[in-house]
Amino acid sequence: MKDVMGIINLQEDNKLIRELTEKRVVESLPFAGRYRLIDFTLSSMVNSGILNVGVMLPDKPRSVLDHLRSGKDWDLARRHDGLFYLPSPSEEDSIRKGDLKNFYHNLDFFEHSSQKYVLLTSGSFVYNVDFSQLLRFHQNTSADITMVYYTASSEQAGNNVVLETAENGLVTDLAEKPAIYDGSKVAMSVYLIEKRIFVELVRFTYEHGGQDLLMDGIIRRANEYNIYACEHDGYVAHVDSTSAYYKSNMDILQPEVWEELFMGENSIYTKGKDEVPVQYKETAKIKNSLVANGCVIRGEVENSILFRGVTVGKGVKIKNSIIMQKCDIQDDSLVENVICDKNVVISKEKWLKGANNYPLIITKNVVI
Amino acid sequence: MRKTECLAMILAGGQGSRLGALTKKIAKPAVPFGGKYRIIDFPLSNCANSGIDKVGVLTQYRPLELHNYLASGSAWDLDQKDGGIFILPPYAREKGADWYQGTADAIYQNLNFIDLADPEYVLILSGDHIYTMDYSWMLEAHKMNKAEATIGVIEVPWEEAPRFGIMNTDKTGRIEEFEEKPAKPKSNLASMGIYVFNKNFLKKYLEEDAKDETSSHDFGKNIIPKMLQDKARLYSYAFEGYWKDVGTIESLWQANMDLLQDEPPFDLKGEKRIYSSTQSMPPHYIGPDAKVKNSMISEGSMVLGEVENSVIFPGVRIGKGVKVTNSVIMPSTIIRDGAVVDYAILAQNCEVAAGAKVVGELGAITVVAEGETVVAEDSGKQAG
Repeated sequence: MKDVMGIINLQEDNKLIRELTEKRVVESLPFAGRYRLIDFTLSSMVNSGILNVGVMLPDKPRSVLDHLRSGKDWDLARRHDGLFYLPSPSEEDSIRKGDLKNFYHNLDFFEHSSQKYVLLTSGSFVYNVDFSQLLRFHQNTSADITMVYYTASSEQAGNNVVLETAENGLVTDLAEKPAIYDGSKVAMSVYLIEKRIFVELVRFTYEHGGQDLLMDGIIRRANEYNIYACEHDGYVAHVDSTSAYYKSNMDILQPEVWEELFMGENSIYTKGKDEVPVQYKETAKIKNSLVANGCVIRGEVENSILFRGVTVGKGVKIKNSIIMQKCDIQDDSLVENVICDKNVVISKEKWLKGANNYPLIITKNVVI
Repeated sequence: MRKTECLAMILAGGQGSRLGALTKKIAKPAVPFGGKYRIIDFPLSNCANSGIDKVGVLTQYRPLELHNYLASGSAWDLDQKDGGIFILPPYAREKGADWYQGTADAIYQNLNFIDLADPEYVLILSGDHIYTMDYSWMLEAHKMNKAEATIGVIEVPWEEAPRFGIMNTDKTGRIEEFEEKPAKPKSNLASMGIYVFNKNFLKKYLEEDAKDETSSHDFGKNIIPKMLQDKARLYSYAFEGYWKDVGTIESLWQANMDLLQDEPPFDLKGEKRIYSSTQSMPPHYIGPDAKVKNSMISEGSMVLGEVENSVIFPGVRIGKGVKVTNSVIMPSTIIRDGAVVDYAILAQNCEVAAGAKVVGELGAITVVAEGETVVAEDSGKQAG
């Protein structure tokens, strides 16, 4: 895959997930007790052999920069190629909305890279994919663009790109829809395009008034290109709303999902931390949960995900919750159906309960 | 190379034969400890936290796992342009090759490296002990005393003193006498095997000692006594805190168990950060029927059974109906459904078959060696 360069587009819409993304972008959301969402696509690229990765920075880039840094944790701190940051353009072009302008203003990065293909992804999907199969598929067909989709097994609301395909994978329709159903072929924001075609697509679309890469560059111009799609049948989740965030984290409590995502041949890499193994004390009770290093547990934890450095006091009961880094849940408190952002302190004997399908969100650094 | 004030040399070449099955395939400093670490993480992390950025690691016995683990030193921030970690195994010269013959000989054979690094001071450390220490304070004391050598010492219980090299000092801390394992000790200050030397002073004594064919080329037996004999300025530096030699099965087991107390005597969480080289693994998963009490569990493990009073390293699989108590389970070991493990140390990558039992007792910990499988009907392997 040394012929493929990766681009991760972090220009997503955050509307449905506001409470958690007030001070950070979706792709920096802590996930599964240890990771950030962007780790999945970035690790998949690196594991597929991609050595040149550009990250298109969002307007609030600090959490991304702080997490990725030199790219060393993904073996991308290299002399040649490696990790590149592509900042959003300056205020001059702020009249035009959408992400297309970011691609347009960074075209020289693409032109200077030596690779023949571009693999474009977004940072809000959870998956562990080897993209080399995608490249082989693309090279075996006459595709200009190859996409990857998964087949939905249940109904869900939310903006998704839905495909219709012929038997051989040729895409016959491509549209953004407000809901998906059992059997819908849902795009995973993965596009493999020959670089020359990609540059032409960006340039032409932008110079003719386009604003959004997907909508204006691909969907509206679908007739100009041979678009194919191949199916991914492993675990995938799109974190585009608070309920999707909650549900996909809880999915990791299923051992098969945990194994598939993290314990296979290809690991998911993330920024390293030197935390101490979890200390379960005498009064600890733990069931069906994921607990990250650095935690100290003296209470009861069930169906929950604890990030690093969380302390759980005596008599505490935590259920169906996601507790992010360094929260302190003090003695005799009750926490159920809650998402606690980092550094939250819940002092003694407090009761916090969200609804079964609508978790209570506590923003970072709050003391209750 | 950029000029260095203090160069650290870690003696990591020993087999640690009293660790039996645990060191059959790996050197003692590579032995896992504390649910996540290796013994060598302690002196290395101490160096990183003390501002020492040039460290030589002298290896000899079965160094592959250790070399692999240390890699470029980046886990301890020792992956540097002009410093960092230097792995120093024995090497051949025109006249042939010599294994390291003793602790002093190992340093002597690397004098060329020390000359290249050209430090003012050389800090000699062993790779055998569990402790956190800021060596810069010891270096400060060494400078303030205008010492030629400073020896780290720790107070041990008087009954234990006969097991150690004991330093007899005057009121200022200057060492007057050194007794190796004295039957009737005059002091209870034991040598920790941590030395700071002025570089040229050390060099002189090593070169002299190398010429002495009757010498066993050991710091404690030969070099220090000779320095004392010559009335050199030797000072002690008293260390206070947890310091444990984990050179036997029992002491290694006990030191791991010490970490499980409600207020541990050595709290990994409370101490300065211990760095280690780790694979990227997810948080561990505890199953719906699991029971975990009074234990430490690390990343990438899956626990479906009962774990009590135990230390579980990364990547361990504990099946349904399993009972693990009072044990240390090292990385990537699999304990299948219904098995029982009690008072045992399971080395890396071993397997306990479904329904099998590995049962030791206090004072006679059972050890299962790296890569071995214990089948059912087997009452476990011989303690190492």
